[in-house]
Formats: sequence, C-alpha cells, structure tokens
Amino acid sequence: MPNTKRARLVASTIAIALGATALAACGSSDDSKADSGPVNLTFWSWAPGMDKVVDLWNKGPGKKDQITVTFKKQASGDTLVTKILTAHKAKTGPDLVQAEYQALPTLVSNGAVADISKEIGDAKSKFADGVWGQVTLGTDAVYAVPQDIGPLMFYYRADLFKKYGLTVPTTWDQFAETARALKKKAPDVDLTTFSANDAGLFAGLAQQAGAKWWTTSGNKWKVGINDAATQKVAKFWGGLVKEGAIDNQPMYTPAWNKALDTGKQIAWVSAVWAPGVLTTAAPSAKGKWAMAPLPQWSANEDVTGSWGGSSTAVTTDSKHQAAAAKFAAWLNTNGDALDTMAKEGGIYPASTSAQLSGAFSNPPAYFSNQADFYTKAAEIAKTTAASAWGPNVNVAYTTFNDAFGTAAKNKSDFVTALNTMQDTTLADMKKQGFEVSQ
Amino acid sequence: MTSPARRRSYGVKGAPYAFLIPATTLFSLFFVLPIGYAVWLSFRKVHVSGLGLGAGARTEVWAGLENYKDALTDNEFYDGALRVLGYGCIVVPVMLGLALLFALMLDSERVRLTPFTRLAIFLPYAIPGVVAALLWGFLYLPAVSPFYYLLDKLHLPQPDLLSGGPLYLALSNIAIWGGTGFNMIVIYTSLRSIPAEVYEAAKLDGASPLQIALRIKIPMVAPSLVLTFFFSIIATLQVFNEPMTLKPLTNSVSTTWSPLMKVYVDAFAKGDIYSAAAEATLIAIATLVLSFGFLRAANRRNKQEAAQ
Repeated sequence: MPNTKRARLVASTIAIALGATALAACGSSDDSKADSGPVNLTFWSWAPGMDKVVDLWNKGPGKKDQITVTFKKQASGDTLVTKILTAHKAKTGPDLVQAEYQALPTLVSNGAVADISKEIGDAKSKFADGVWGQVTLGTDAVYAVPQDIGPLMFYYRADLFKKYGLTVPTTWDQFAETARALKKKAPDVDLTTFSANDAGLFAGLAQQAGAKWWTTSGNKWKVGINDAATQKVAKFWGGLVKEGAIDNQPMYTPAWNKALDTGKQIAWVSAVWAPGVLTTAAPSAKGKWAMAPLPQWSANEDVTGSWGGSSTAVTTDSKHQAAAAKFAAWLNTNGDALDTMAKEGGIYPASTSAQLSGAFSNPPAYFSNQADFYTKAAEIAKTTAASAWGPNVNVAYTTFNDAFGTAAKNKSDFVTALNTMQDTTLADMKKQGFEVSQ
Repeated sequence: MTSPARRRSYGVKGAPYAFLIPATTLFSLFFVLPIGYAVWLSFRKVHVSGLGLGAGARTEVWAGLENYKDALTDNEFYDGALRVLGYGCIVVPVMLGLALLFALMLDSERVRLTPFTRLAIFLPYAIPGVVAALLWGFLYLPAVSPFYYLLDKLHLPQPDLLSGGPLYLALSNIAIWGGTGFNMIVIYTSLRSIPAEVYEAAKLDGASPLQIALRIKIPMVAPSLVLTFFFSIIATLQVFNEPMTLKPLTNSVSTTWSPLMKVYVDAFAKGDIYSAAAEATLIAIATLVLSFGFLRAANRRNKQEAAQ
C-alpha cells in the first residue's frame, strides 16, 4: 500500500509539472520582426541619468517614429552579463542592453546580441577606429554601438607633488623613481597602490604596452595573456610592490578612500571617469588633484590603454531589431543625447565629435583647477591602443583577482600569477570546446 | 460496482489526497522542480564549435559525471572545504559555549535586568548578515577603525586581522557575534520549561547552583543543544555572507574562499552554471550527510541512555 500511495503522489506531481510547462509554453507570442505600427522597446542599462536621455527620445524622435523605449535600471558589469545570458536562455531578454566592450565577445558567443551592421547607417564615421574595432570584433558584423570610453590617465595630487619636490612622470621608469623618491622623503606615504580587485586596470596597462590577450587566426583562438608586453607590465608592478615602493592593498575600500582623502596615497592611474570616483572617495581634496597623460614605456611613444567603457547592443531576442538599432545609433551619436548623458551621468562619450561638445567645455567640478581637462582628455583618447577581447574575459578577470591578490599579499612573483591567469583561461576555453592554437 | 454506497466510500478515500494537493503542488513547484533542474544541469555542459562566434556555435550537451569529476579533483574546492572546516571549528564550539553560558546565567536566580540583557544579547541576530559583516569589516581595517586609533594612541601593537590565521578569528567573530543570541534564546526557552520541582528536589538534596547547572540543567536541555548544534553545522557549511563582504577589503580572501563562494563565482562570474550546479549538489549532499549523521548519532546516544 505505501508504495502505491507514493506512486500516485509522484504521478500527480509529474502531472502538475507538465501542466505548468504547458502553461508557460502558451506565453510566447508571434515572432514577426516587421516594424509597422507603434513599437515598444525595453532597454537595460546601468548608466546614471539614462532615464532622462530615454525621455528625450520618447518625446522627440521616438514620438515621430512611434518607437517608445522603456528604461530599466540594472546592476553594472558582470552581474548584468549573467542576467542577459539567463534572460536570453529563457527567451525573455530586453531589446537593448548596455554592455562593456570586454563582455561583447561573451555575449556574441552566446548568441545573445544581434548583428546590426545593416541597420545603423553611417554611425562608424563618428568613432575612432580603435573604438569601432571593439564592437566589430574584427569581423564584418557590428554587434553594438560604442557609448562611452575610459582612456587611462595619470592622476596626482598637484599640491603634494610640489610639497615633496616630485615631478610628474612621463615614463614608467620615472614613475618608479618617483615612487622611490617619495618613500625616502615620506616613508608612510605611498605614490599609489597595486590593486588586485579590478582586472580592468591591469588589462588597460597591458594594452598600452602592446599586449594582445585574445587574437584569432583562421578558425582558432590564440590566448596571449602572458605575452612579452604583459610580462613587462607584471614585472614592473610586481617589482614596485616587492621593494615596498608602492602599497599592495586593494582599491575601493574605506581605507583606500581615506588614503586618497588624507594624502597617504598621492597618485592614481585611472581612466577619464576618475573625477566621479574621487568626488566621493576624496571629497576634501577637491581642486587639489590634477590629470596628466599616462606614463610611457619609452620617451618617444604616445599611447594609452583603456579601463572600462561600454556600448549599446541589440539582442537577438528583440522582435524589432531595426527599431532598436535606430535608437542605439541615436543614443550614441546624437549631440543632445550625449550632452544629457554627460551632464546627468558623467560619462565620457565614445563619439569623437561629442568629446568636444558643449558639455565638455568646462572641466569637471572636482578638477576646477584644470581648465583644459577635457581638451587634454580628448587628445589622450585619440592615442588609445587597439584592444583584443575574447569570449572568456570573465574567467581571466576572476583568475586575476585571486592570483594577483595572493601575489600582492605575499609580495611574490607577478609573472607566476600571470602564467596562472594564462593557463586557467586557456584551459577554460579548451574545456568549452573552442578551437585554440598553442 | 457503481452502487451509491461504493461511490461514497471512494470519495472519502480520495479526500486526503485532495487535501494534500495544495501542499504537494507548492512543494513540487518550488522545491522538487528547481532541485531536479539543478541536478539535471549538473549533468550537462556547453560545447562550443570553432571560434564560438555566430548563431548556433554553442550547444548544450550531455556531460555525464564530468562536472562532478572536475569538482572533486579541484584543489580549490577542497581547500575551500578545509578553510570552512577550520572556521567551523572556531565558530560552532565558541558560539554554542557562549550561548549555553549566557542562557544558564540568565536562568540563574541572582541575575537582575534579565529582559534587557536577553534582548541585548539577542539584538545582533536581528542585524542582516551583510550589514554585520560590513560593520565589522570597517572595524578591522586599520585606517578607519576606532580600535586601531586607540591602539595607536596607546602605542600598543596593531595586529593585522585581515590576513593569515587572524582572518579566521575575524570571520568567526562576525558569525559568533550574530549567532550567539539566537542559540541562547533556544537554550534559554528550554531551560525555562524545566519544572521547578526538579530544582527543589536538587536543592533539598544539597546541590549547589553550579551542580544544578552541570548535573540537571545541561542534561535536561540536551535536545535543544543538539538542535542548535545541527543548525550551526548547516550555517557553517553554507558560510557566504561574511567572506563575500570582506573579500573586497583584503587580498587574503579569494573569490573561492568557501565552497559556496566557488559556486557563486562559477555561476555568476564565469557563467558556467553546469559546474556550479554540480558543486551545489555536492555541497547539499555533504550538508545532508554531516547534519543528519550528527542527528542520528545524537539520537542513538539518547536512546542508549534511555535504555540504561
């Protein structure tokens, strides 16, 4: 008897489960991609102030074309990538998503974002070639429209540099000398820190040195995370940490904020969006910081890397891809849209013409002492080296956190950590079945 | 066969099942199905062909036990388990010891302000785990901690709490601070339910308060001690909030510090839900074996004692 009872229970459970599946299947509607009549689009983004830009569209060009966009605020970075992939799996994705450049190959590889090369017209002409390369992944397709960029720069406390008799380094050798000179003059002050909690900065520094982490030849990927250029960068920072010339504690902690605010750390290699971070991290040092180009590996070079930056992509789940592409192009090339984004969200546009528009005629409030902040930034942005992202950047970045975290803590060899990063990334690609050349 | 009497009896027989339907439905929808799906995923994997770009390059295929094999041969997974074991060896005895001590003290006749003290000890439990970890994280960071400020002013040594061995103490402290109050309430409630005659008899026999505590109170609250131990083991195996919140503050906590953190990283940072599902299943099995193994052992001992 107990057995039959259980059997009946199981049977009813399965019946209920099947019923639920059948109901869920009823939910999906027609698959027409035609753009006749009013269109409603959903847009996932984390950019602050994006709601205002979307309003601008809905009241202006959107109203004319009968394309209404609904903005849904999201968490940034990796969290959103996971969410997009999950939504794509369930076929419930939005029409448009904000995606960081390094996440695009992952999204493309999962079939989550659509090729919009036929729908975006002449948008290419508005962007620098290096930036555009990040949304085409070196193919004929266009997977997104660039939105903002994060060229690397050197930020420093102008007043404290003067106080300690330091000059702004223009090469990495000078940077190391500056760090050592500072340690001699003020042992409890650090020039900066090597932080293992954001791989984006390290990737940007490697990019400046000429590293190409992921490349393709024919039908095969090549992973070059421990190439000569990156090894040079790793050895440089590892050496500084080992000799104690710079700090080894992570950024974005309460301790780091305090160090920046009180002048215990007097420089920060960061991107064009740094003013926003400094405003909250070091409020009392407002007007004391200054920006200079990133130090170079040799004196006659003029090149920088990038840290962050994102694009607007159209999903393959969208039933109105043409309309979505139209919005994506408008959002990232229209002067008013970009001005609003810059004012409300403090983003630095990828569009070259917008970089010198009205919104950027004055420096950010935190850098009121540096009138030519944005003119300089636009010049630096032009020197951004080409980047090379692959389909498992997330794995490389996570490995960076752990391997370089341990290396920074123990002040041990950074090249060993770099090799771990290379091996783990390569092994992951092989495990997934990617064609990889050695 | 179809006489009215017969039909009525069938209806009565079916009634229990009808009453079971709501519970069964909820149980299967929100318990059996998700778990079943997770187990199903743990036997799958993704296979990419070529460069992996373009539609259809990614297919989900059967992986068999591959994900389990990978998880079981992954040193990081074992190291995580060992770290959690070390952490548990500090948390469980200290937390339960303190909870028992506080409960006995509150129950003794000499304590004043019992309701206030009880609430004060219980209060940390009401603070969300992430908030508690953040709060302690601030206190552990030398640059912003008032404790370090005092140590500095008093020219005392300033220990680094966020690396090496002290890290375990720092993490355990957060769990103990948050969990002692809850366990104390459980033990205290069962202390209050001991009939007063038992104490009276003990006093007449000349037992001191200490003897009463050791010989009468503790044995009589043994079932709630077992229960709190059971809960604590489960909570320890699932430690996640504290190391996850302290991770950004220090280089010493890796993204895979505890097994559950590894599941999180695999699923949400690396996007490999299949490995994550396999690891989650393993953790669930380990939790079941350990906690129910302990319960069975405790019950057997109780039965043996009862038999004697």
